[in-house]
Amino acid sequence: MKILVCMKQVPSSEARIVVAGDGKAIDPTDVEMIVNPYDEYALEEALRIKEARGEGEGEVIVLSVGPEKVKEAIRSCLAMGADRGILVKDDAYLGGDGLGVARILADVIRTQEPDLVLCGKLSIDVENNCVGIAVAEFLGWPHVSLVNKLEWPEEKNAKATREIEGGREVIEFGLPAVVTAEKGLNEPRYASLKGIMQAKRKPIEEVTPSVAMPAAGVEIVSMAPPPERGGGQKFEGEPEDVVPQVVTLLKTEAKVL
Amino acid sequence: MAGRILVFAEQRDGKVRKSTFEALGRAAELGDEVHAVLVGSAVAQIAPMLGNYGAKVVHCAEDPSFELYSGEGYAAALSAAIDAAAPDLVLVIATAMGKDLAPRAAARKQLCMLSDCITLDEIGGAFEATKSMYGGQVFAKVRATGKPVLATLRPSAYPAPEPSSDTAAMESLSVAVSEVGAKVVEVLKQEEGALDVQEADVVVTGGRGLKSPENFHLIEELAGVLGGAVGASRAAVDAGWIDHAHQVGQTGKAISPKLYIAVGVSGAIQHLAGMRTAKCIVAVNKDADAPIFSIADYGIVGDLFKIMPVLTEEIRKARD
Ligand SMILES: Cc1cc2nc3c(=O)[nH]c(=O)nc-3n(C[C@H](O)[C@H](O)[C@H](O)COP(=O)(O)OP(=O)(O)OC[C@H]3O[C@@H](n4cnc5c(N)ncnc54)[C@H](O)[C@@H]3O)c2cc1C
Repeated sequence: MKILVCMKQVPSSEARIVVAGDGKAIDPTDVEMIVNPYDEYALEEALRIKEARGEGEGEVIVLSVGPEKVKEAIRSCLAMGADRGILVKDDAYLGGDGLGVARILADVIRTQEPDLVLCGKLSIDVENNCVGIAVAEFLGWPHVSLVNKLEWPEEKNAKATREIEGGREVIEFGLPAVVTAEKGLNEPRYASLKGIMQAKRKPIEEVTPSVAMPAAGVEIVSMAPPPERGGGQKFEGEPEDVVPQVVTLLKTEAKVL
Repeated sequence: MAGRILVFAEQRDGKVRKSTFEALGRAAELGDEVHAVLVGSAVAQIAPMLGNYGAKVVHCAEDPSFELYSGEGYAAALSAAIDAAAPDLVLVIATAMGKDLAPRAAARKQLCMLSDCITLDEIGGAFEATKSMYGGQVFAKVRATGKPVLATLRPSAYPAPEPSSDTAAMESLSVAVSEVGAKVVEVLKQEEGALDVQEADVVVTGGRGLKSPENFHLIEELAGVLGGAVGASRAAVDAGWIDHAHQVGQTGKAISPKLYIAVGVSGAIQHLAGMRTAKCIVAVNKDADAPIFSIADYGIVGDLFKIMPVLTEEIRKARD
């Protein structure tokens, strides 16, 4: 099976994010860049599917849009076990417009003809939650989002589970299809030393998509730290004394009871 | 003022999701005519009631294949409603269903898409939203540079209006139904009757400070008294004390309830990302320097095992 994984390089979830001087982007200084964690679940699942189907079978391709630096993240994916990478080089790439990115990805995916496309459910930078699903629509394929369990009763027929409010949905689908990965799908592996060495020799192709972008999209107007909400009143003392005070305030001041 | 606004009315088993009313309320503030679209196997009887919340016209797409949600089927129905209503703005709630449906419909109809909006306004003729980025470390203003726009609204971002006695006109929508490629074959319900954290006006959250899963009863009791939902920190979820569906935060759910009570939760930045937009925050923690106190409106410093029984009892009395 030929599996394509869409991947975005993002600031580490541990990084302290500071808004840059122009107030429209983040300050990249000292920010470690990583493979988007949800895309890592997608990649791990792709590798497991490939491995389950036997030696020498199938291929896992990693596709990304972004500047030259993204090659580092693609290398990390190759070190985990992906076979090759594709970078749509775009230095101006802002990433605020998920549908625009999806259009580019779909255009490249068409040339690769994979059986299955795996994406993360969202990228932890812009948190748009839309790219994978929009890719499916542009390709005219079915999709299943927020998948935390994926089984293969037949070679080209899968059964996926996703979390919904108050329960889970079980979904059956055939290929080709797009799946977006939620936490819990698997535990991504660490790259082995051998994997890291092999990754150096694996190819990363640069492509320029020919896709026409619609005139309108989404732009980032400004960025700021979350609105301050100063700490309010703090109460210390015997519960019998302080709790009634707080409850009275909840009722009369905050009016939430 | 925006012209016509179309709200996707989310229903399961014939029950309209509460957040739909919030979206209708915001639509009525932003636009001059509100339409809604209902998709299901037999939903016509619930259509008029959407008028109570401001919908003038409800487009009903009924088909046996719409009994259970499917991304492709519902996207076809929503697209048909967009053709019928020709709105400037389509509003969808950012739930599991809405997040799945919205990108598909937006891509199909070539709409500009604003995701998971915490605020949504029309400024100088363009729709502008506030949204969380970078795990809640950044609040970004994003603007759609064209129309029509599809926006997903975070549940509880806006209040649901008081229902009026107005009813909506119903128009049936014909949708070309075709076989879908990804089909929901089963819906497994967890914890029958348990309120979802995204749906609840009040959320009481337990963290590692509870020390064991049994002690979650302290949280459940207070949530019960308040008619609220039970939330959890990641530490509590990772310890296996409670299901991930309850997790609040960067890798859980982002919520904006009226009242959020954090118990034995330190207030890590990833947790704050999920609840800092709550209208009122109460924290119970024995560590007076816990970061949660820096955003709590009311902080109670002390041992939760001593505080919770008193707090639950006092709130019970206050609500009588
Ligand atoms: C990428 C990433 C994503 C994450 N996503 C999330 C997320 O979505 N949600 C989330 O919650 N976390 C998330 N985390 C984890 C987060 O960093 C914290 O580790 C977690 O929130 C801690 O949970 P806690 O507050 O319950 O536990 P702790 O930090 O251990 O805090 C326990 C608190 O209980 C108090 N306490 C202990 N005993 C008592 C007592 N008897 N009475 C009163 N107070 C008591 C302590 O003073 C302490 O403040 C994420 C982390 C990473 C790296």
